[in-house]
Amino acid sequence: MTAKDLRNPLKVARGLGSSQSGVGHWWTQRVTAAALVVLLIWFVITVLGLLHADYATALATVAKPWNALLLIVLLVTMFWHAVLGLQVVIEDYVHTRWKEVLSLVLIKFLAVLGALASVLAVLRIALTH
Amino acid sequence: MAEFTLPKNSKIKPGKHFPAKNAKKPRTFRVYRWSPDDGENPRIDSYEVDMESCGPMVLDALLKIKNEIDPTLTLRRSCREGICGSCAMNIDGTNTLACTMASADCAAGDVKIYPLPHMPVVKDLVPDLSHFYAQFASIKPWLRTQSPAPDRERLQSPEERKKIDGLYECILCACCSTSCPSYWWNGDKYLGPAILLQAYRWIVDSRDEVTGERLDDLEDPFKLYRCHTIMNCTRTCPKGLNPAKAIAEIKKLMVERRSA
Repeated sequence: MTAKDLRNPLKVARGLGSSQSGVGHWWTQRVTAAALVVLLIWFVITVLGLLHADYATALATVAKPWNALLLIVLLVTMFWHAVLGLQVVIEDYVHTRWKEVLSLVLIKFLAVLGALASVLAVLRIALTH
Repeated sequence: MAEFTLPKNSKIKPGKHFPAKNAKKPRTFRVYRWSPDDGENPRIDSYEVDMESCGPMVLDALLKIKNEIDPTLTLRRSCREGICGSCAMNIDGTNTLACTMASADCAAGDVKIYPLPHMPVVKDLVPDLSHFYAQFASIKPWLRTQSPAPDRERLQSPEERKKIDGLYECILCACCSTSCPSYWWNGDKYLGPAILLQAYRWIVDSRDEVTGERLDDLEDPFKLYRCHTIMNCTRTCPKGLNPAKAIAEIKKLMVERRSA
């Protein structure tokens, strides 16, 4: 048993107050979700069009300016949306402060890394084919 | 990490059985028991109650147990008509009021009764709601104005009054908040459905003049945005209210006052 908390319950409930944030996260998560609906429909249609196509055709399709652009937008939006969602999961379940901060920072690094790497991959195809 | 298993001293052990003597319509009530005084783990005691001589509600059965079988059984109750919220507990797997839940409406077999989930227990079916009440106090649940007090009551049109229907009926029984997994894991900071519904009750009140400050106080990843629309709150509310909708309305107002 821990020692009895001598603070007034209201002191505990008010805590450090409101952080005046959270709306941006909530709104961005919904906007990226809506964007992903449209982008993923386009992506699935494009991939279905590549059924039975050879490697060269696939490269040529990705290299088309509009396709390359939309693919980059899709990838960035996807990593953005994923990191926002992961953040919520970590905030929900990881209650040791240092582990929470560490994993929150880590997923942001990984998301940026993943997004930049995939954008670079698309650009290499688009600019060399 | 969030704890998904009970700590050692909270693990529930089998308890005593109290058989009914020559009962015409016996029904077994399995009740969570824990006392802070004996250093024992919690246990489940089972009581056979003669439904022939018992009132229809679960509260009637609990009081019959306390009066006739085991006076050590501890529970809160007051109005016995669903308006005080004292006898909120987990009956048959759902948080509800013992006084408005009929024993006959519980699933066939034994009736299982536990205190409200994930709250510190004071004794038996009595949870410690100090933090819940303090969270309620923290949203300043009263009419706040800047304009000087008028000589008469502050008027409100019937349409404006209608906006607090479905909100003012909340009796703060804590059934919804203690049914919410987000409140279980983060109840220290997350205000929970009951308190957010109460906060919204003052946000939409046409006579209240500090709407912006109220929204400021809620704009927080933990106080408000731990709601992930799980909807347990709305499903369990014994008064048929919709806390999830009230929270959604608060989130909409948060977006409304900023640039998209």
